Amino acid sequence: MSFVYEKIMGGKKGLTGFIILATLILIIFPLFLDAFRLNLVGKYLTYAFVAVSLVLLWGYGGILSLGQGIFFGLGGYAMAMFLKLEASSPENTTIQSTPGIPDFMDWNQLTELPWFWEPFTSFTFTILAVLIVPAAFAYIIGSAMFKRRVGGVYFAIITQVIAVILTVLIVGQQGVTGGINGITDLRTLHGWDITSDSAKNIFYFINCGLLLTVILASRFILTSKFGRILLAIRDKEDRVRFSGYDVANFKIFIFCFAAMISAIGGAMFTLQVGFMSPSFVGIVPSIEMVIFAAVGGRMSLIGAVYGTLLINYGKSAFSESFPEMWLFLIGGLFIAVVMLFPNGLAGLWNDYGHHITNKFVFISKAFSKLVPQSLLKKVEDAR
Amino acid sequence: MDAYTSSELISIFAMQGFSGISLFSVLLLMALGLAIIFGQMGVINMAHGEFMTVGAYTTYFMATLTETYFPAFMPYYFVFAIVVAFIVAGILGYLAEFALIRHLYKRPLDTLLATWGLSLIMQQSFRSLFGAREVSPTLPEWLLGSYQPTETIYIPINGMFVLGLTAVVTLGVYYLMFKSRWGLRVRATTQNRVMSGAVGINTKKVDRYTFALGCGIAGIAGAAFTTIASTGPTTGTLYIVDTFMVVVFGGAASLFGTIASAFSIAQAQSILEFFISGSMAKVYTLLALVVILMFKPEGLFASKVRR
Repeated sequence: MSFVYEKIMGGKKGLTGFIILATLILIIFPLFLDAFRLNLVGKYLTYAFVAVSLVLLWGYGGILSLGQGIFFGLGGYAMAMFLKLEASSPENTTIQSTPGIPDFMDWNQLTELPWFWEPFTSFTFTILAVLIVPAAFAYIIGSAMFKRRVGGVYFAIITQVIAVILTVLIVGQQGVTGGINGITDLRTLHGWDITSDSAKNIFYFINCGLLLTVILASRFILTSKFGRILLAIRDKEDRVRFSGYDVANFKIFIFCFAAMISAIGGAMFTLQVGFMSPSFVGIVPSIEMVIFAAVGGRMSLIGAVYGTLLINYGKSAFSESFPEMWLFLIGGLFIAVVMLFPNGLAGLWNDYGHHITNKFVFISKAFSKLVPQSLLKKVEDAR
Repeated sequence: MDAYTSSELISIFAMQGFSGISLFSVLLLMALGLAIIFGQMGVINMAHGEFMTVGAYTTYFMATLTETYFPAFMPYYFVFAIVVAFIVAGILGYLAEFALIRHLYKRPLDTLLATWGLSLIMQQSFRSLFGAREVSPTLPEWLLGSYQPTETIYIPINGMFVLGLTAVVTLGVYYLMFKSRWGLRVRATTQNRVMSGAVGINTKKVDRYTFALGCGIAGIAGAAFTTIASTGPTTGTLYIVDTFMVVVFGGAASLFGTIASAFSIAQAQSILEFFISGSMAKVYTLLALVVILMFKPEGLFASKVRR
C-alpha cells in the first residue's frame, strides 16, 4: 500500500494534486458544462496527453521534441483509418464507382484499397497499431539519433523536419491519406453511433480515465530509479555515461514511451472529435503542444494538464472576440514563460502557493486574536 | 524518363537547374545568417524566416514609396531597397538580441521557444501592418524577361541577378569573417568564449553584432526573395525548415559547407520537381537529408575539433 502511495500517487502532495484534478475533470466539468463545452474540454484533454509526454521527455529528460505531433497524428490516423473503413462499407458507398473504399480514394480514381489500409479492418489490429506503430517509429528515430549522441538543438530540428515530411506526405498523397482535409465523416464504431452526445460523453470519461492512468504511470516511471537516472542525464549526461550507464537506451525508452502516450491522445482525439487531419501533425501544432507543457510547468505532470486547458480555453475565447490579438498573446506567452517563469504555473504555485495558504492561516489566526476572548467565551456559553 | 530525348533532357536539367539557382540563392542567404548565429552562439533563431520577411516587406514598402513619389527613380530603387532591407532587419535583430536572446545563451532549447514566440508576434505584426494578402513590389524593367542562349533554354534575368547578389554577399561575409579584425574576434569567440573574454574581446558586443549581421543578411534574402515570389505574413515559415536543414547538413560554422549544402538541397529539390510532383520532391529531399544526418550527425563539412 505504501508502495502505491509513495511511488504512484507521489506522496501527500502528489495525491492532493491528483485528486483535485480528477475531481475537476470527472465531476465538476461534467456537472457544470453543456454537451458542446464538455466535448471541447474532451478535445483539449486529448492534447494534454501530448503535454504530459513532453513533461517526461523535455522536463525530466531534457530532450526537446518539436515533433510530438508526428505521434499524435500517427495514433489519430490509425484510429481514423479503422473508423473510415467501417464508414465506407459497400452498402454505404453504393454511389461510388468502386463501392467499399473510402470516398476520397474514389474521388482520386483509386479502384482498390491500398495494402497498408487492409489490416485496419480489424479493431484489435488498430488498437495495437495505435500503441506500437508510433513507439516503433520513435524507436527508429531515437536509436538513430541518441546512439550517435545527437541531442539538444539538433534533435529538436530533426524531429521538426520529420514532422514536415509527414505533413507534406499526407497532404501530397491525398489518394491514400485524404489529403489536406484529412479523414472525415467518421460515423460508427462497431455499429455504435459515435457522433451522438451520449457517445461523446462516454468518450469524455474514457479519455479522462486514460489521461489519469497515463499520469499515474508516468509518475511511477519518474519516481523509480529510472526517473532519477533520467534526471541525472538531463543535468550531466557525460557523468552518467562515465558511471557506466548506457545513456542512449534511457533516452530511447522515454522517447518511445512519450510517443505512445501522444498516440493514445491522437486516437482519443479522433474518437472525440470525429475526424483527423494533417493540421494536427505539422510544426505549428507540435510547438503549440510544447507551450502547453511549458505554461503548465515542464516539471509537473498535472500542471501540463492545466496548462493545456488554460491555453486552449484562452485560444477559443480570444479567437472568438479578438482573433488578431491571439497571436500576440501566445507569442508573448512563449517569451514570458521562458524568460520569467520557466517552471510554469506549477512553479508559480510551488513558489507562491504556500504563501497564499500560509497567509490564509495567518489571517484567520490574526482575526481570532482581534476578537475579544470574552466574546468567544460568551459564544461558547450560549452554545 | 524514356519519353525525353537526350537534348531535351539537357535543356530540362539546365532550366530546372537555373530555377534551382534562385532557390539556392535565397536558401544560401538565409542560411548564412543562421549559420553564423548558430555556429557562434549555439542558438537557433526560429524567427529567422520572419527577418527575411522584414526584408521583403521593406523592399515592397520602398517600391511603393518610389512609385508614388519618385517614378523617375524606379530603375534604380532596388539597389537601395537591398541596403535598407539589410539595415532594417539588422536593427530589428540587434534589438531582439538585446531584449531577448542574450538572456538565454545558456539555455539553447529555451531560445528555440522564445524565438518561436517572437516569430508569431512578428507574423501578426506583418498581418496588421500590410494585410493578410500576399504582395509583391513593382520590379524595375531590367530585372524582368529572360536570356535565351539556345532555342530551348530560357534563363530568367532575375535569377541571374539574385545569384550575383548572393555571390557578392557571400564574398562580403567571407571577407568579414576571415580577413577582418572583427571576423577574427568572432572566430575567436566561436572557438573559445571564455578565453576570448580573457584576452580582452568584448564577447557580448561580438554576439550582438553577429546576431544583427545574421538578421541583416536575412533581410537581404528577403529583398532577393521579392524578385522570385510574392510575400505574405507567413512566407518566412515556409523557408525556415529548409534553411535549418541547409545549416545542419552543411555543418554549422563552415562557410563552404553551407554553400555546398544550400546548392545540393536546392538543386535536388528543383530537378526532382520536374519529374515527380513538387510535394514528393520535397519529401524525398528532406528524407534523404534526415537519413544522411543520421549517419553523419555533424553535417558534411564539420570542423574536426572535438568540443
